[in-house]
Amino acid sequence: MADKNESMAWYTFKKGITSENPTYVQALGMCPTLAVTTAAINGLGMGLAVIIVLTLSNIIVSLIRKAVPKDIRIPIFITVIATFVTMIDLLMHAYTYDLWKTLGIFIPLIVVNCIILGRAEAFASKNPVHYALLDGLGMGVGFTLSLFLLGSIREILGNGTWMGIHLWNFKMFMFILPPGAFITLGFLAAFFNYIKIKREEAEKKRQQQAKAQAQKA
Amino acid sequence: MELVLIIISAMLVNNFVFSRFLGICPYLGVSKKMDSAAGMGMAVIFVMTVSAAIAWFLDKLLISLGLQFLRTIVFILVIAAFVQFVELFLKKNNPSLYDSLGIYLPLITTNCAILGLVVLNSMLKLNFLEAVFHALGASTGFAIALIIFAAIRERFELYDLPKPFEDLSIALVTAGLLSMAFMGFQGMVK
Repeated sequence: MADKNESMAWYTFKKGITSENPTYVQALGMCPTLAVTTAAINGLGMGLAVIIVLTLSNIIVSLIRKAVPKDIRIPIFITVIATFVTMIDLLMHAYTYDLWKTLGIFIPLIVVNCIILGRAEAFASKNPVHYALLDGLGMGVGFTLSLFLLGSIREILGNGTWMGIHLWNFKMFMFILPPGAFITLGFLAAFFNYIKIKREEAEKKRQQQAKAQAQKA
Repeated sequence: MELVLIIISAMLVNNFVFSRFLGICPYLGVSKKMDSAAGMGMAVIFVMTVSAAIAWFLDKLLISLGLQFLRTIVFILVIAAFVQFVELFLKKNNPSLYDSLGIYLPLITTNCAILGLVVLNSMLKLNFLEAVFHALGASTGFAIALIIFAAIRERFELYDLPKPFEDLSIALVTAGLLSMAFMGFQGMVK
């Protein structure tokens, strides 16, 4: 039984990074994804802010899930989320001023990031606290990795640097501009889709082979 | 003259979708059909303009009380309450309009374009008329972007796309090309 619980917990954490990745699979939270990823470090900063808000709001929503009347659950969830976002906003203003300035309007906008409300509604309001915590962490890490990947590609191609380290003088400025964000994300989504399709095909083939062997026997 | 400039700059030069990256979720979500894109566009124009007006007064109130850190919470709750109110009002008084706009209204609450605009207005310290016209321009720009995109996207159904590109990724690449086209407006307004 302990074994099953452990694998269940691991799955709850892992699915946010792979099979239910918020950016490439669910296409949630696109605005900050596209807007702040002009450099890898910005993507990382935004991702960390989202991990903190998502995990804490998931915990609180899960704790109060039995006391919340069904009809007014959305305003209550939004209030919980907005409280944590305000806290993060003030903390970042105080301790990481430069990052706070670059992310700008997108920090208060974490409130309406559909990942957070989506997880509160779809997962945390129906599951016990420890699963809600793992789910929040997993989704947050998945989101952060997606932002970091997109930010890295855009920074390397568009500015010739990575995390502020100079790589070469070749610069394609378009990747820093808005069109570059859309196109890079589009190709990344296609790439992950391609991997998924290939995997499904392989799985189908294996099942067919197993079936054929069973029939032979 | 200044107000006209604000509208044009918010509508074309700093288009919310293509250069500020606000409201991408509904932009990708409800652009599969022309009708729904037009309905969503109209709903956003109405809600955004009125919320900008309401939020302007609230912002002044919060500043005078020294409670600016409550900005985010107050704005989002007011937008949510306002959207709910509009929905109830339309349902009762204008059922035909409710049928065409109704389903988009709840989606607007979590549309980051609305909260984004209100926060931007408050950050830029615009006066009341400027704030309302900024909202009008921005929401019209959003509606234009949505309708153009829906018109293009309807045609994708006829084409044979490579499988990995279907749906999300081709939509993003198209949005990138549109965004490049809108960059042509840059420099029109300083």
